[in-house]
Amino acid sequence: MMQAIPELLLTRYNYIGAFLLIAGGLYLVVSDRNFVKKVIGMNLFQTGIFLFFITAAFIEMGDTTGAPPVITDGVDLYVSPLPHVLILTAIVVGVSLTAVALTLIIRIYREYGTLREDVLREMDTDD
Amino acid sequence: MTDAIVLAIVGPIVAAVLTLILGLRFDAVGWPMALLATVAEVGLTGVIGWEVIQNGRLSYELAGFAPPAGIELVADALSAPVAVLIAVVSLAVLVYARTAGPRGNMFYIVYLLLVGGLAGVTLTGDLFNMYVFLEITGLAAYALVATGDTAKSAIAGLKYLIVGTIGASLFLLGVGYAFLATGTLNMADLSERLGSVAAYDSRLVIAAFGLIIAGLAVKVALFPVHSWQPDAYESSPDSVSIFISALVSTVAAYAMGRVLLTVFTPAFFDAVPMARELLVHAAALSILAGSTLAVLQQNIKRMLAYSSVSQFGMVIAAFALMNEMAVVGGVIHLVGHAIMKGGLFAAAGIIAAITGSRRIDDYAGLANRAPVVAGAFAVLAFAMVGVPPAVGFVGKWYIAFGAVESGTWAVAAVLLVSTLLTLAYFARIIERMYFAAPEPEPEASAPVPTATDGGEATDEGEYPVSPGMVAIVVLAAVAAVALGFFGTTIESLLDPMLTEVFAQ
Repeated sequence: MMQAIPELLLTRYNYIGAFLLIAGGLYLVVSDRNFVKKVIGMNLFQTGIFLFFITAAFIEMGDTTGAPPVITDGVDLYVSPLPHVLILTAIVVGVSLTAVALTLIIRIYREYGTLREDVLREMDTDD
Repeated sequence: MTDAIVLAIVGPIVAAVLTLILGLRFDAVGWPMALLATVAEVGLTGVIGWEVIQNGRLSYELAGFAPPAGIELVADALSAPVAVLIAVVSLAVLVYARTAGPRGNMFYIVYLLLVGGLAGVTLTGDLFNMYVFLEITGLAAYALVATGDTAKSAIAGLKYLIVGTIGASLFLLGVGYAFLATGTLNMADLSERLGSVAAYDSRLVIAAFGLIIAGLAVKVALFPVHSWQPDAYESSPDSVSIFISALVSTVAAYAMGRVLLTVFTPAFFDAVPMARELLVHAAALSILAGSTLAVLQQNIKRMLAYSSVSQFGMVIAAFALMNEMAVVGGVIHLVGHAIMKGGLFAAAGIIAAITGSRRIDDYAGLANRAPVVAGAFAVLAFAMVGVPPAVGFVGKWYIAFGAVESGTWAVAAVLLVSTLLTLAYFARIIERMYFAAPEPEPEASAPVPTATDGGEATDEGEYPVSPGMVAIVVLAAVAAVALGFFGTTIESLLDPMLTEVFAQ
């Protein structure tokens, strides 16, 4: 059991990275009061999921590891191309979401001069 | 005529792009383009509905790649009614928005994108494709919420965006787990491979189920992940709150029903009874919490929003109960709720335009000032409570029967309690409208459409009330009652499909 943990760290570091990104991103979204940081957290969260998908596509047979899914001479083993294609789409979705979020943030900042959620809530109850 | 399926999704999106291009030259091209595309959408979904009644399940292979490798679009007895609902409600919103605004080409471009996204979620037969359409729907909805005049709507839109994105990302993660477990994304193929290639109670499949359902629950706005929804409904312009309240959560709930019924299938619940228990309890909690919070609200739009939390709890409970009776009730209530809630938001918008207020206290004596709208509001409210023969009654009746049939008495009891609470929050409005004397108005001589009560600033500014807007509300009220008589028709439509689902 004690040996399993370093081995896990060495062989499954991508999954650990994905988990850290997802958990850290979610924590930032929930805990931080600044809207820009919330959007950053949202991006980290999504990136963790992208990493998870790409890692899952990786393939290894004996000593050969899968090549990138672009057909090349003399290569027999490719990683699964489907998750890459899916994540390409998901990245586009993520970029457009970030664009809309930043547009809204600019509008909020112009109107109120702050991006802190708690300050905005106080201003709201004041009127 | 299976081309109608792909046209119903691509049509509005192409129209949105055309509007963007034409908008560079012409100012007022948005509304006519949107009208054209939405009328076409009504026709296309009508064709889809007719074909499904005639021939059963329709399938379209995108780009000629045969499923499961290619992406498949599917119309069946579950998706066809929702597709028709989307087209009809969109048309009604368009009539309402003609006078009530928001104005400008940008609104109509985003409106068309939303129609396309909603149709996509409804008609897709591929789980990843569903994620993409959920996000198109989400993006358009966030932007529409933020079209309100004040920056408060931008805050509501941003909160909705952050929460909605987390939900959609959880859904995506769940799709990833399902893909790892089975190696496919096609829904029909997934339902075959789940249980054979991957055991139902394997950790991968359970994780996939949990993440997909949790992600969709955020989009449906079940308690306690509903927090985005009251703010979004309250601070968006009236036309947008009609549109979103009637369709966006509805389509997410449909997506959950589709995943439960045709991807994971009843066999999953038999293998993992815990999943069913948890979902039924979450839905029951949502029913109770939503209606209790609704009773506490003073703002009409927030009250209607919390009412949605509770009504969608009922729909999800129906899908989770997973017997034929309950699922029929769930579909009836899904469609019925969209019509009733859209109508109620439209009525609340007109009342705000007349009285300048969204406070329930200011509804006093409204029956004398606006008898038609007040009457339609009352009919819709009673339909929502579940007074027979309205559609709200039929849906709840089937769900309650399904709950009793499966021995889940708790859900039947929760339905009863929630009906009483629904009566409580609508009765106080109806009482004020019909029996309370109007408070003396200091500026009673002012022209009606511009009257404000001074205290509560209306966010969207006032707009005149057109006969078309009133007609929409009256039609919604008529439809809410008339649909109640078609409960058995919907049941017989769904019957062949459900027999197949439950035979496995």
